[in-house]
Amino acid sequence: MPAVQETVARVRAIDVDQYKYGFVTEIESDRAEKGLSEDTVRFISMKKGEPDWMLDWRLEAYRRWRTMTEPTWARVDYPAIDYDDLYYYSAPKGTKSGPQTLADVDPELLRTYEKLGIPLQEQEILAGVEQRRVAVDAVFDSVSVATTFKEELAKAGVIFCPISEAIREHPELVRKYLGSVVPTSDNFFATLNSAVFSDGSFVYVPKGVRCPMELSTYFRINEKNTGQFERTLIIADEGSYVSYLEGCTAPMRDENQLHAAVVELVALDDAEIKYSTVQNWYPGDSEGRGGIYNFVTKRGDCRGRNSKISWTQVETGSAITWKYPSCILRGDNSRGEFYSIAISNGRQQVDSGTKMIHLGKNTTSKIISKGISAGYSNNTYRGLVSAHRRASNARNFTNCDSLLIGNHCGAHTVPYLEAKTSTAVFEHEATTSKISEDQMFYCQQRGLSEEEAVALIVNGFVKDVLQQLPMEFAVEAQKLISISLEGSVG
Amino acid sequence: MNAEVRPIRTAAESALAELFASAREDAPGGEAARRVRDDAFAAVASRGLPNKRVEDWKYTDLRALMREARPLADAPTAEEMAAARAMLPLAGFDAQRIVFVNGRLAADLSDVAGPEDGVSIAPLAVALASDAASALALKGVPNDNAAVALNTAFVADGLVVAVTDGAKPGRPIHVANVQTGDAHASYGRVLVSVGKEASVTLVESHVGDASPHQTNTLVGLDLADGAEATLVKLQDEGLGSLHLATLGARLGAKARLRTVALAVGGVAARQQIFLDFCGDKATADVTGVTLAGGRRHLDTTLVVDHTTLNCASRELFKSALDGEARSVFQGKIVVRPGAQKTDGKMMAQALLLSETAEANAKPELEIFADDVVCGHGATVGALDEDLLFYLKARGIPQAEAESLLVQAFVGEVLEGIENESLREALTARADRWLAERS
Repeated sequence: MPAVQETVARVRAIDVDQYKYGFVTEIESDRAEKGLSEDTVRFISMKKGEPDWMLDWRLEAYRRWRTMTEPTWARVDYPAIDYDDLYYYSAPKGTKSGPQTLADVDPELLRTYEKLGIPLQEQEILAGVEQRRVAVDAVFDSVSVATTFKEELAKAGVIFCPISEAIREHPELVRKYLGSVVPTSDNFFATLNSAVFSDGSFVYVPKGVRCPMELSTYFRINEKNTGQFERTLIIADEGSYVSYLEGCTAPMRDENQLHAAVVELVALDDAEIKYSTVQNWYPGDSEGRGGIYNFVTKRGDCRGRNSKISWTQVETGSAITWKYPSCILRGDNSRGEFYSIAISNGRQQVDSGTKMIHLGKNTTSKIISKGISAGYSNNTYRGLVSAHRRASNARNFTNCDSLLIGNHCGAHTVPYLEAKTSTAVFEHEATTSKISEDQMFYCQQRGLSEEEAVALIVNGFVKDVLQQLPMEFAVEAQKLISISLEGSVG
Repeated sequence: MNAEVRPIRTAAESALAELFASAREDAPGGEAARRVRDDAFAAVASRGLPNKRVEDWKYTDLRALMREARPLADAPTAEEMAAARAMLPLAGFDAQRIVFVNGRLAADLSDVAGPEDGVSIAPLAVALASDAASALALKGVPNDNAAVALNTAFVADGLVVAVTDGAKPGRPIHVANVQTGDAHASYGRVLVSVGKEASVTLVESHVGDASPHQTNTLVGLDLADGAEATLVKLQDEGLGSLHLATLGARLGAKARLRTVALAVGGVAARQQIFLDFCGDKATADVTGVTLAGGRRHLDTTLVVDHTTLNCASRELFKSALDGEARSVFQGKIVVRPGAQKTDGKMMAQALLLSETAEANAKPELEIFADDVVCGHGATVGALDEDLLFYLKARGIPQAEAESLLVQAFVGEVLEGIENESLREALTARADRWLAERS
């Protein structure tokens, strides 16, 4: 069981502070005025050198947002957010949006990413023969600081760049697809994002192309009092395939920080998108001070026939998670999948799940959700599976299991099933339990320590989901799981 | 931005307000009762009838389903009594029968022989006279729930059944409700308390003619430590009726509750069940079958609240849906902090017999204790093609094969009724629904 031993070793190696990405990068930055107004929106748009249509789009979203109220239905509890007391734009000084070489990037930034274990030096990776190559878009606060392997990807016809660049360079694609999955009027946080989003990744995979490497974006919040509003748009044209990874961290700060992202995926005929997230925002300290509020709208549209979208997420960070990666199964024979591990410890609150909306014929979806709550945290799975009247032969299987560690935490399941056609077959099962004494006894009797036994059982519990992650991430995720659960045993 | 949106009152809401204003003075129970009724009605009036934006009523939009409020039923006429006599449900079932016609106790039709030892049966008015507040504002039931609040505001007649400690009456008690005559609204309330180590079987039945009546009933069940109760309900109202029903049960230590419900009537019906575990080691087994065709809408909403140690609950709800019928199952198991060793299992299954039928399920778990085993399952689907083929290959026609499979599907619940004649009566009713369907 080398993986388990490694997990346990990792847990041991960590000293007092469990969150190892909590450092702050001292770098001068260029910020927008505090607060949110039309001027802020204009400022962001101007900074990005956007065309008028984009500014109008943002302003419309902003005006709509002013009329909306913050949703309160999720099982999360937090003091009211003062949206006028935030910085909506913060960029490390000296970085200008636009194409640049790595040599232009502030060395301090490069060191930051090195510390986070994110390689931005292409040659370094090329040197390692065995290593798989991953193209990285690094987003620091409100701007993308570097994107690797752009040229090689361009040879294959794949566009992978910051969205601000895409708005300038590929307006026809952006105009066609931006907001087509998550409209500006979708929900409070998505509308806010539409008004003030600053950067994020844009991916376009042309017809029949299998993206030659994994694409990934690494998000880092650094500056104080800022919100990060990233926007990701991935389009897989007919018959293409892309696997995209996303990672995120933030420094440890006493105050809460807002992260409201929107991710839109579009899969056309026979295309497949695999989207994996390892979310490790700063979760706050053990008393619940600080941490990121993670209010994210992620939605994939299986627009074409035989298309497939698969979401895999490992959620270990954030003080509050409010996130429902969903699939609209519009094309006939399309497939949606959702694999999730959500771990909460300390005072974290997680309200996450998915929506599978079956519209086309012969659509199938699968949901595997594993929630682990420890400490004083609350972990909720909230999901919807619906079949439209014309979605004949829709098929869904849902399995959501919760594991409770300690008696001060909560685990909740709120699934909605709506079948409007008799040809739909939906199955849903959910269980909640704690690690049983029998299992612990069995492991310990065979010489495992208590900690090792818990690690083994937890790894077994989440195995179904870990298997779905790309390999590099699976290892990373396994480490994260053990780190998040540290101190919860006994 | 945060202003509460208060829509204009619907016709039903205005009519309810008028009805309440005129009925308020004469409602039984005196001043103490009036205060509770006023509060209850205010709860409904201030928010209006619940609509789909209210989470608990997401799938059952009462504002849309209840377009108008029927007038309160008058005392039944002689003709109505005669009609009711001909319609009495579960006629062959041996029990102490108490009959309500249009919500009023009908002594002529009821079993007047004295109840068995240890059982006392009295009209609701007796309880209202002694302690109106606690008879109206029940414990363990969300009193601001619209159906409950309307019942509290309007209820005028009902029963109070008490079983003394250790008593085990042999005959079940059957509360039969008949709605007949012009379309009206009728409210009923049955309060049952079962003493320590006592046991009772209570049967509740509802039938009615084709007029679009509105019925709202509430059963409050209080089981003392070690008490046992079996509750069987047949909801076979006329196909035009709107039926709102609430069951609130409180279980003492080691108490045992079993319920079986068959719902076949009403154009729209909602059964709410609230189980409150108040003592350790209590168990509850709550089951139900819903059969619906046409454009009917049947809802079962269940909240099981575990606050004590070592309790177990089992919930099994099945629905078979034809035509454009819609079924709703909302079930929630709550395990409060400290309710360790709770064992909860909830299952909801819907069988869609026509392409246009619709099933909605929302099985929830809300768990704050770690040493528990809780699970829920939900399935939605059509009849298994392989099973149908198997039967047809053996010469059984399609319709009959379908009926056989549905019988087996709902049989799992109905077979849980221990009393043989009652089980047969309910099974026969389900069979009749199947026969009418094909």
